Amino acid sequence: MHEYSLVQALVSRVEEEARRRQALKVHSLSLRVGELSGVDPELLRSAYELFREGTVCAGVPLSVTRVAALWSCPRCKLPIASGAVLRCPSCALPAELSEGADALSLDSIEMEVP
Amino acid sequence: MCSTCGCGDPELVPVELHEKILAGNDRAARHNREHFVEAGVLAVNVMGSPGSGKTGLLEATARAAASRRWRLGAVSADLATDNDARRLEAAGIRSRAITTGQACHLDAELVHRSLHDFPWRQTEVFFIENVGNLVCPAIYDLGQAASVVVLSVTEGEDKPLKYPVMFRAADLVVISKVDLVPHLDVDLAKLHDALARVMPSPRAIELSARTGQGVEEWVAWLAEQRAPLEGVPR
Repeated sequence: MHEYSLVQALVSRVEEEARRRQALKVHSLSLRVGELSGVDPELLRSAYELFREGTVCAGVPLSVTRVAALWSCPRCKLPIASGAVLRCPSCALPAELSEGADALSLDSIEMEVP
Repeated sequence: MCSTCGCGDPELVPVELHEKILAGNDRAARHNREHFVEAGVLAVNVMGSPGSGKTGLLEATARAAASRRWRLGAVSADLATDNDARRLEAAGIRSRAITTGQACHLDAELVHRSLHDFPWRQTEVFFIENVGNLVCPAIYDLGQAASVVVLSVTEGEDKPLKYPVMFRAADLVVISKVDLVPHLDVDLAKLHDALARVMPSPRAIELSARTGQGVEEWVAWLAEQRAPLEGVPR
């Protein structure tokens, strides 16, 4: 259940940014969560919904963009299916993971500023 | 102020950040890493399920490391009790327990705090024995030079397929308790195959802390990881 400590880090980052910009209100948050980030987006969401009460994020919706994990050969670019041996059958090179597959990031905050 | 007409109404702005949620942990991990590197200490994050044999591996390492004149240190994390740290002390490893309470993983800040007043600089190899868990520890960088996952032969050949994030992040998998293989239905070839499906460059050592099989190979792997640190003045 590391989702709670993630949400804690997320909310304090939002609070810091809101303070810095003297925001009157936070409207929404956008996150990006990769398939291999080690985080279940639904668990993250329910942890957020519990944790946000009494913080600057109370009532603030969370939008989560999921990023798929795609493997391919770094040389010939042949796609390697998830669950297959992660080595290119023709080049014998270790497969490379697509960008963002392990992302766990706060992309943007929409806030009301004076 | 609203920039469209200057009416003085508040304005809704998108603040683009594109930063890691764990940026704070990553900063603390970088700080730990700098300390370890400048002191010439090899820091190894040891992860694995509860009961996979993490502490047993370190005890076996203590017996084998004497010939290399390594001084070993460890912090050992559990939700409760300092049993593992006491076992490690008895094996000759300077150890400290980190009791995490409800937390299912170590983070870089917890490791940093545990290093205060602890003679970690007087070690060649410093183990960070994580909380027994194949999920949460995977995403927290602690500042280690290498990550090791201990997977015992009793856990089932498909364990890597079930926990791909943990295994993908590993530099080495120690397949432990291999002395039990004759008593089990486990097929080690299937286990290696599963690792190749989650790790692009799989590296694994079959080891038994009880018989000593594989321990020399493990210590040689540690020496390989230590190589870049050998020139650091102590």
